[in-house]
Amino acid sequence: MFTRKGSGCVARLDAVEAEVLRDVLNEVMELVAEDLDRADPVVARLFPDFYPRDLETSGELHRYTDDDLKAAKLEQAGAVLGALPRGGGVVRLDEEEAETWLRALTDARLALGMRLDVRDDTNLEAEIDDAVLADPTSPRVQQLSVYAFLTLLQASLVEALAGY
Amino acid sequence: MGGMPAPQTVPVETPDVGEVPDIDRAWVTIVWNDPVNLMSYVTFVFQKLFGYSKEKAEKLMLDVHHKGRAIVSSGARERMEHDASRLHAYGLWATVDQS
Repeated sequence: MFTRKGSGCVARLDAVEAEVLRDVLNEVMELVAEDLDRADPVVARLFPDFYPRDLETSGELHRYTDDDLKAAKLEQAGAVLGALPRGGGVVRLDEEEAETWLRALTDARLALGMRLDVRDDTNLEAEIDDAVLADPTSPRVQQLSVYAFLTLLQASLVEALAGY
Repeated sequence: MGGMPAPQTVPVETPDVGEVPDIDRAWVTIVWNDPVNLMSYVTFVFQKLFGYSKEKAEKLMLDVHHKGRAIVSSGARERMEHDASRLHAYGLWATVDQS
């Protein structure tokens, strides 16, 4: 998890954590790099409509803004991937890099959270316990654990950067 | 009352909200609650993008959290679209509307 060290945010990631981040960010990049499928709720959430009651104007704005937003998402995911120590190690981020990480982690959490149907009242620990009881080897156990890890990592990075 | 002439009444025009020209109504950027984004992160984004104090950013975040949505900026339509797109870049769920 991240802590503040001088003007930077520092975390030690083990090999598994670095690999998990690599996987989820690659998934985000694959999703975003393709032609956007607006019927996919994850795409709709990552590229929201500006005017929910006016789909025509929203569509026009998407044509103007989607390419930039796509490029930004690819760039931030790529930046984090490039900074991940292979086999684990220490990550040291200045403020601008920390913000890039926050945005990339947000995309990954939004994508995974939508797929897992995370809701306001979701109790992650209870969900994980239930999933483990049902089948400890299920993909859902793995995905919930990854989501919980991303959440803790992002919370620690906000705190290291903003102090709250 | 019989025999008395009915008083003349002038029909009161009720303004049709839909007919008020766009220019007369302010536009707003709205952020909607979502179950994924962290409260601390949303506060951070409001401070970062709008230069709001921590207190104001936190209050807006709590409005989003408890009321489901909050108006985070208001002004010209193009400006609001720009604000919404900046919020989208940070992964927040933002829309534009007339106030």
